[in-house]
Amino acid sequence: MPAEVLEIESAKSDEEPVLAVYEHPWVVRFTHWVNAIALLVMVGSGLQIFRAFPSLGAKIPQQDLLNWPKAFAIGGWLGGALQWHLTFMWIYIATGVFYLAYQIFSGNYRQVLLTRRDVPALWPMARHYFFFGPRPPATEAYNPLQKLAYTSAMVLGVLTVLTGFAVWKPTQFSWLAWPMGGFHLARVWHFVTMWAILLFVLGHLVMVILHGWSNFVSMLTGWKVDPEYPPR
Amino acid sequence: MDERKFKKVNRRELLKLTPVIALGAFAVPKLRGPLLKKGLALSDWASGKLFRPGHLAATFADSELTPFEKFPINDYDVDDPGVIFENWSLTVSGAVQKQGDYKLSDIQALPKKRQNTRHVCVEGWDVIGRFGGTPLSEFLRLVGADPTAKFVTVECADDYYESLDMATAMHPQTLLCYEMYDQPLTREHGAPLRLTVPTKIGYKHAKYLTDLRVTHVLEKVGYWEDQGYSWFYGL
Repeated sequence: MPAEVLEIESAKSDEEPVLAVYEHPWVVRFTHWVNAIALLVMVGSGLQIFRAFPSLGAKIPQQDLLNWPKAFAIGGWLGGALQWHLTFMWIYIATGVFYLAYQIFSGNYRQVLLTRRDVPALWPMARHYFFFGPRPPATEAYNPLQKLAYTSAMVLGVLTVLTGFAVWKPTQFSWLAWPMGGFHLARVWHFVTMWAILLFVLGHLVMVILHGWSNFVSMLTGWKVDPEYPPR
Repeated sequence: MDERKFKKVNRRELLKLTPVIALGAFAVPKLRGPLLKKGLALSDWASGKLFRPGHLAATFADSELTPFEKFPINDYDVDDPGVIFENWSLTVSGAVQKQGDYKLSDIQALPKKRQNTRHVCVEGWDVIGRFGGTPLSEFLRLVGADPTAKFVTVECADDYYESLDMATAMHPQTLLCYEMYDQPLTREHGAPLRLTVPTKIGYKHAKYLTDLRVTHVLEKVGYWEDQGYSWFYGL
């Protein structure tokens, strides 16, 4: 799918026109922001739910895993947190389904999905980011490491929903908990996938800050001015 | 394209995101409560649709049982509301042919069922217990419950109350339970009679039953539901 590219001419000077590329279609931007809010609410209310029984073991004797501070929780009490969790899960699922369906049917997934072709370039990219290696030339919107991160986030998003349903409906969806190792482990996996997503979010935010304003604005307007890669 | 025109394009694209602001409704205190109530109702509706009347909750081997002394005692008020067993009866009212008081022996005369099922607490823990009693469906047949009625409501000696949809009330694993671990119910576990509903969350399993009412409309919902918890909460 060829990206839409514009040449932007400066109004005042006679400088060379700057290129701008339409990187993020509306559906991607819309679901990104709605999902970001929904994720925040799901994590906050989930941690308040966890506060009701902050353990992954037995009730008697109860061994608390961590006493999550109330300031970083949403809902105020278990019943309130469940209301948030059971409301925003629909928004979280809806944006996820809308996003995935759009990516698949528009073909836009090619921009973000990690494929076997990207694998050889993963290590040079990681070396650049983490070990001061030379910067591999940018050839497309997302580098292989970015594709890996976004693909993982998608998989994790699906897993949070599946593990959530295994915990919420252990009888009607008993088949869901089975590959997770049963009902108890489904709760553990639900917890683990949440932390994995938070790890992604942390890395994502660091990279957004490092990559500057034009990159951030592209998730609002869709247009990236002066991209690091040849847009055509 | 010149710079100014491009800015306009950008602004238009940004404006297309304004629907996201709708989520801000959840930040308005006046709207938050009703919206969350709607969300909870949607989840309850979905739970009702997902419920399959013939689908059984998992049952477990005796070796998987949680030891009786590690089966938590949960109540909202007192462990033992002081039921006087000699005077106890279950008062049945509403859309039934034979209203009145039923003694424990009346209930125990009905077919008995024992099952090792999981008790899941809304707090996040669960235990596997052994429960014995008569299917609620047998008792509803005995009292001649109107088959078109939609709800079964129970009231308890500790002023707790709960309600079930008729599909769950008729589920083969929903018991009027008078035994745990092959022994008569102890007081703190709800003697002389409690509900055990393996297809529902723990707070639906009301203890120390005193009244049972069959209705077409939901008159009393449930103690925790009235505090803001989900009504259907099917597992």
